[in-house]
Amino acid sequence: MARVVVDVMLKPEILDPQGQAVQRALPRLGFEGIADVRQGKRFELQVEGPVDNAALARIHELAETFLANTVIEDFTVKVENAEESK
Amino acid sequence: MTARIGVVTFPGTLDDQDALRAVRVAGAEPVSLWHRDKDLHQVDAVILAGGFSYGDYLRAGAISRFSPVMETVIEQARAGMPVLGICNGFQILTEAHLLPGAMLRNNHLHFICRDQTLRVENAETAWTSDYSAGQEISVPLKNMDGRYTADEHTLDELEAEGRVAFRYVGRNPNGSLRDIAGITNAAGNVVGLMPHPEHAVEPLIGTGRTDGLGFFTSIIKKLVNA
Repeated sequence: MARVVVDVMLKPEILDPQGQAVQRALPRLGFEGIADVRQGKRFELQVEGPVDNAALARIHELAETFLANTVIEDFTVKVENAEESK
Repeated sequence: MTARIGVVTFPGTLDDQDALRAVRVAGAEPVSLWHRDKDLHQVDAVILAGGFSYGDYLRAGAISRFSPVMETVIEQARAGMPVLGICNGFQILTEAHLLPGAMLRNNHLHFICRDQTLRVENAETAWTSDYSAGQEISVPLKNMDGRYTADEHTLDELEAEGRVAFRYVGRNPNGSLRDIAGITNAAGNVVGLMPHPEHAVEPLIGTGRTDGLGFFTSIIKKLVNA
């Protein structure tokens, strides 16, 4: 089965207080030099059958209508090579 | 005629009983609706109550938006049926694109629970006609994802068309843009707001005031006079 990864991130102009909270904690942990952190979501879809253009188009639609809210979020869809993902 | 007002229960809905009670206190017939049932059982209006439907696991309101009952609610709302979304219900209405914008995690990342003063900006919607424009009311507020967000163009459009129905007075509790607490669609039949009028309909509970009752008496007058 192939794995398709959908990454969802808040749009750049949307305030991300979760990312900011993580970023503010970094100096306390001894991590210096991280200027900004933004927190997103990663969905890993195990897809039955071939990941052809039609399957990818459906996953794109799934991401656009459900996994991401495109009012506030951007998303990317990428196919992970089955060999690499082992 | 007695108005029949439905309240939807999703898995994770918390405030359905309070909403049903508010409907009864105001003088209408409350009707329980189930999320897996497409049928609205001849109700004249629908309330989407507060809570954490489907656990809000993806985004607040995102999964419920695709429930069977919402197929019918979306269709009927577009045809003019009055729909009120309170808190999680407001989040569901934005996810369903019945109202513009989106709801994000509070800017301070804390769950907040307190009495909240609101200014009624639009007293001409199906759910606000018993208030007067500019009136200030106090109702409970409790949420985690209450930061209303939309792009500048949408915000300007909402302001220009008088579709900002409620604004926070005093401290903005969650970072909502332009202090927006509630909005309406262009037709005025769909209203969403974060604070909870259904918790302020009897003096014994909530704020000790009955400032929330106007939502329910407004819709009854609208339906009875229709």
